[in-house]
Order: sequence, then C-alpha cells, then structure tokens
Amino acid sequence: MINKVAQSVAEALGLVPDGATVLVGGFGTAGIPNELIDGLIEQGARDLTLVNNNAGNGDTGLAALLQTGRVRKIICSFPRQADSHVFDALYRSGRIELELVPQGNLAERLRAAGAGIGAFFSPTGYGTELAHGKETREINGRHHVLEHPIHGDVALIRAECGDRWGNLTYRKAARNFGPVMATAAKHTVASVHQVVELGELDPEAIVTPGIHVSRIVQVARVATAGGGFKKAA
Amino acid sequence: MSTTATYTRRSKDELARLVAADIHDGAVVNLGIGMPTLVANHIPAGREVILHSENGILGMGSAPPEGEEDYDLINAGKQPVTLLPGGAYFHHADSFAMMRGGHLDICVLGAFQVSATGDLANWSTGEAGTIPAVGGAMDLAVGAKQTWVMMDLLTKTGQSKVVPHCTYPLTGMGCVKRIYSDLATLECTPQGLRVLSLAHGLHHSELDRLIGLPCLK
Repeated sequence: MINKVAQSVAEALGLVPDGATVLVGGFGTAGIPNELIDGLIEQGARDLTLVNNNAGNGDTGLAALLQTGRVRKIICSFPRQADSHVFDALYRSGRIELELVPQGNLAERLRAAGAGIGAFFSPTGYGTELAHGKETREINGRHHVLEHPIHGDVALIRAECGDRWGNLTYRKAARNFGPVMATAAKHTVASVHQVVELGELDPEAIVTPGIHVSRIVQVARVATAGGGFKKAA
Repeated sequence: MSTTATYTRRSKDELARLVAADIHDGAVVNLGIGMPTLVANHIPAGREVILHSENGILGMGSAPPEGEEDYDLINAGKQPVTLLPGGAYFHHADSFAMMRGGHLDICVLGAFQVSATGDLANWSTGEAGTIPAVGGAMDLAVGAKQTWVMMDLLTKTGQSKVVPHCTYPLTGMGCVKRIYSDLATLECTPQGLRVLSLAHGLHHSELDRLIGLPCLK
C-alpha cells in the first residue's frame, strides 16, 4: 500500500544531509512552509544551498533558518524586502553567498530540472550583468542566454489538501513555486492543512499529481501573515 | 526644476490616466510595483482589462476592504489584492511562460533610466553596498508585446532619466516602446526618441534641453 502521509514533520523530512540543496516554496510570506522550515532548523543540517524567490521575511521561517548560519548560499530573485533584515546583515558581512536569478529564469530552471531538460535558451537577461559569462545564441533574430536546471535534494512546499498518494491542491496565490519545485527535487515534502481519502480530491482539480510528492504532513491552518512590503504610514 | 518654468508637470494620477487611456479593451496587462499600480485606478469605464500578477494571478482585482485581507492572495508587491470573477491561479513557471511567450499585451514598469533606443535600467543603481534584487523585471521587459515605462522625466537633482546610453545596469536591451513621464510621452524608436505629447505649456525646444537629446517631432 502506498501511504505518503507522515505523522510528524520530522518523519516527513527524513534525513536532510549537510550540503543539501533545499528548494523552499513561497513568494514573500504566501506559501512559505513554515512548519517544515522549523523542522529543518530542529534537524540541524548545515552548509545548505537554499532556493526561494526571496530571502526571508521578519525573524521567522526562512529568516530564522538563515539566522542559524547553516545556509551557505541562497539562489533567489528578490532578496531585498522591507523586512529582510536577517539576510541583509548576513549578506553585508559576507556570511552568505547570493546567486541572483531573474524570477522567470528561476521558475524555468526548476521546471527544466523536473522535466529532464539539460539546459535551455531564454531571452530573459540577455545583455545584462546577470547573464555575464553565460553562453548566448541568436535564434530567429532574437538573443538568448543558456540557462541550466536547478535540481533540489529536497523540496519543502505548502499545499492545501493532500491524500495518501501525495496528490495536492493549493490555495490561491500560495501555489506560486510549489508545483515546479515539487517536480525538481529528489525528496518533496508538502505540508497540507487537510488530509483527505483517496478519491476525495477532484481529479480535474489536482494541481500536483502524487508522483512528484514523497511525503505529506498535516499542519494546523495558520492564516498567512503579511510581509515583504512597507505598510502605509 | 526651474522656478521660472512655463509648464505644468503632470501629476501621478494624470500620468496614470494617460497610460490607462492607451490600454485597449480586452488587453492583458502587468503593472509593475510602484507608480504603475496607479494605472489600475484609471481604466476607463466600459473597458475590460485583465491584470496579470507574476505570482500566478490573472484577473487580479483591487485591494480588499480593511479587515478582509487574505495574505495567500497578494500582488507582486506582496500586498493583499482580490480576484475578479473569471480570474485564475497558476504556478510560477506558467506565469512567466505567459510573459516570455509573448502572451501579455502590455507591461508598465518604473525605471531609473531609459535610453533613446529603448534600453531599460530599472533594477539596480549599481552602487556599492546595496543589495541587488531583480524579481520579474527582466522577464517582463523582454516578454510583453509592449513594454511601457512610467516615471518622472528628471531625477530629484534635475538629471534626465532618458539618456543616450544607460549608465545603470541594464534590465533589457531595446525593449521599451513608450515612456510616459510627467513632462512628455515619448516613443523609443531605432532612430531615437519621438515625442507623442508634451505636458501643458512645455515646448519641444525646452524638452530637448531637459533631455539633452534632440527628439523627433
């Protein structure tokens, strides 16, 4: 019998080795799998490469993980936010490496990893310093930059509902990077707010089929807090 | 700005109204963070425009009333928004495929500098000690069918942001089609800048002087 439902976050995570590349879903604070990140902090893996759109908000979640000093490198598109003080301090003191990637290239590099694509030519970033040193090619009169996939050892994502086969649905714009990251890692862990029986999810509405998911774990629903922007004075 | 100016700068809302008036019925549009978001408030009545948000939303609506914010439903600036009837959610790779694949009609972005031939610099001032952040700017700039820039023409110290060549790090090359500014609306062409309209009371010669470049009339 297939049963991907773990009884605890620790069981769902399994052993995350030192040096792992960890893909973390979420855009700003929407879709950030805070409980899974807390589990990773508890577990203690170090020398990590982290992939997320941002570089943490406030002092919890990703920011708390960065604060432990166990992240060697972050690959993201938009580290600087109104409340990214943890990353800012690490970066300014040279204690974290940053690979800045245009957001669409980030998403497509993850997609390519999950889809078995060796590399792809993207028009995004051509002629800019983010394409510096990369192979380029003119295709149909348009300049492109060669981009390589980003493979994860582990993906931590937040979904809405899941079943024991690992099928997932998401909630609103908290979906963001979850579905592509799920495909791009060897071990994908999804936190869900509801575990349902097989057959209860409408097959037409399943966004991530269970083939891309290793473990799911139920966590209490906590409303997503705002973050990443300046509140109007 | 000179205190003896004979012209009146367009306000941010006037500028947003000008941009909105040029967006056609049925257009799919992405509005960048900052000034471009004002455009949504000025879409003329009777015109149906679909707003795209990079984090996986088509049919984005306005901000929710206070107390009804849902932070699983936010815009690219991470602020709470709503979804219109007919709206849809999708994942990030699909969202950027919409841009890169040329499916968005128009994107409106802010800018630090735009060159006469449409090079765009809007993500980094290149200053030492700043933390770089690019987000979706590079994907949007090259992906939308038309990229428009909305900005003040001059910096706070009176330097033109429309330049012969960008000195700030580039976002994209030759990608800007139009510049909507407080002093003039300009078109970037391979031959250089063409003036589409001027702020009230501003003469062509004065615009050329402010930009430091001759514009096609």
